[in-house]
Amino acid sequence: MTTLAVENVSKNYGTLETVSNVSLSIEAGERVALLGHNGAGKTTLLRMILGLTPVVSGTIKVLGSNPGSRHSRASIGFLPESVAFHGALTGREQLRHFARLKSVPVHVADDLLDRVGLSNAADRKIRTYSKGMRQRIGLAQALLGQPKLALLDEPTSGLDPISRHEFYDIVEELAQSGTAVLLSSHALTELETRTDRIAIMSQGKLVADNSLVRLRQNAGLPIRVNVTTTAENVDVVAERLGGERINGCSILLTCQQDEKISKLSQITAFGEIIKDVDVTPGTLEELYRHYSVTESEGK
Amino acid sequence: MSVFAIARLELLIARRNMWVATSVILMSLFTIVLTLAGGAPTGTLGVDPLIVAVSSITTLSVYLVPLIGLLLSFDAIAGETERGTLALSLTYPLSRAEILIGKFLAHFTVLAFAVAVGLALTATLTAWQHGAANLSFAPLLRLFFTSLALGSAFLGMGYTVSSLVRQPSVASGIVIVIWLVCVVLYDIGLLGALVSDNGGYFTKTVFPWLLVANPADAFRLINMPDTSVTVLTSGLSAAGSVSGINGQLASLFGWPLLALFCAWRALRKVEP
Repeated sequence: MTTLAVENVSKNYGTLETVSNVSLSIEAGERVALLGHNGAGKTTLLRMILGLTPVVSGTIKVLGSNPGSRHSRASIGFLPESVAFHGALTGREQLRHFARLKSVPVHVADDLLDRVGLSNAADRKIRTYSKGMRQRIGLAQALLGQPKLALLDEPTSGLDPISRHEFYDIVEELAQSGTAVLLSSHALTELETRTDRIAIMSQGKLVADNSLVRLRQNAGLPIRVNVTTTAENVDVVAERLGGERINGCSILLTCQQDEKISKLSQITAFGEIIKDVDVTPGTLEELYRHYSVTESEGK
Repeated sequence: MSVFAIARLELLIARRNMWVATSVILMSLFTIVLTLAGGAPTGTLGVDPLIVAVSSITTLSVYLVPLIGLLLSFDAIAGETERGTLALSLTYPLSRAEILIGKFLAHFTVLAFAVAVGLALTATLTAWQHGAANLSFAPLLRLFFTSLALGSAFLGMGYTVSSLVRQPSVASGIVIVIWLVCVVLYDIGLLGALVSDNGGYFTKTVFPWLLVANPADAFRLINMPDTSVTVLTSGLSAAGSVSGINGQLASLFGWPLLALFCAWRALRKVEP
């Protein structure tokens, strides 16, 4: 059964349409990143999946159940974008409380504190925690009871690079054990290698939903080839390849995916005078801008 | 089981936040002072010293118990809405009624503990001053249970306000107004009406019902019905006879149910 099925869902506040005819489905073990500007409708969509905001038009099913039903809530782990746990409690007390709410044995909460790297701080008051540590408590509670669907809203905000890395390791483990993961993020670079599929929302609409490779193909963004050569040959090479000189010894070319190999063999044909070649596909930032902008222009 | 998990956490928070300590100290201080001060005139009046103490503590509780109830409850929902923990809790498999009942259980326990400590001090002090032989403890028990009913009514009102507004600061302002109206202004208003009515229709038929409709006044009437203390209670009990003990009990135990029902209705509408 599809873990999360969203079909033709719309939501408007007055005349402002925040989610407009969105369809999205996630299977068990899939990691999907949900991208979009602030106000693109990501949080509203997550809230509807959670049952916090009623679904007015369209349908959402979590493992076949309606959002907000006990069955669907028991299957979901949710990490909110911003949550301030009560400062007077310790991390352990707070997490054990959530374990009780989910009917999970309390020792699981203690294990999870270790898993997210909080075992040393577990018995300190949450008010003494750094932002990253609070975020870890949030993540730990989302992992309680092996959720079938993990909804993570801006999970890595406030985390340092090493913690982000550890976070994505945890997400990977979750997905391997069969959890469907939907996470929203602004930090685009880290998503490139860490997710299976990318969904982009713009002005309430889902403008893209595919793997990164496919998104790149469909967008037809140019591939950048940076050729470094010796200073005396740079003009000759630039003239023959038709690229643009960017400094004393390197040239920047752009080409499409299907021209890449022929371009590369052309470059290697120069032999010794080529010192280095860098090939960079369109970045996620460019892709994201491409899909968001195309949609708003088409409007 | 979620109800107990929530009650447990709320109790922990109340202990850490010093709400428990504050309530107990407030109740204890006032009851000790009133018991010792109230002990002075008993020799000349010749009534049970515990009844005198109960009568002065009743007057105090009318102000203090609603205040403690409202202080414990005003932040309960609005605070969690603001911090985002309500939204998170609602993504767990539990109902809004369970959240409300869990919080109520915890706050009720804090209130009961504070009142119990205060009244236990009264009983001990009185027994120590006058000997335990001739004391009747029934009024003390009555005061205890009616205090809990009174406190519950205001806990419920606090939750209702807390669910209706989004900011705890606004909720705190509103509960202070509720407190002022129920325990001070309402009585002043009635008094004003009595004076201007000058013993007419209002005084004989409407007034007793209006009096008993306020849980704080019903509480006062129940705890001071004894004719032996009429001297001390400025004739309030005379007005109580019209509505009778049933009316007073209905008001005192109906209000908590009504207030909690309103709180539940309001909480159901909260979109965190």
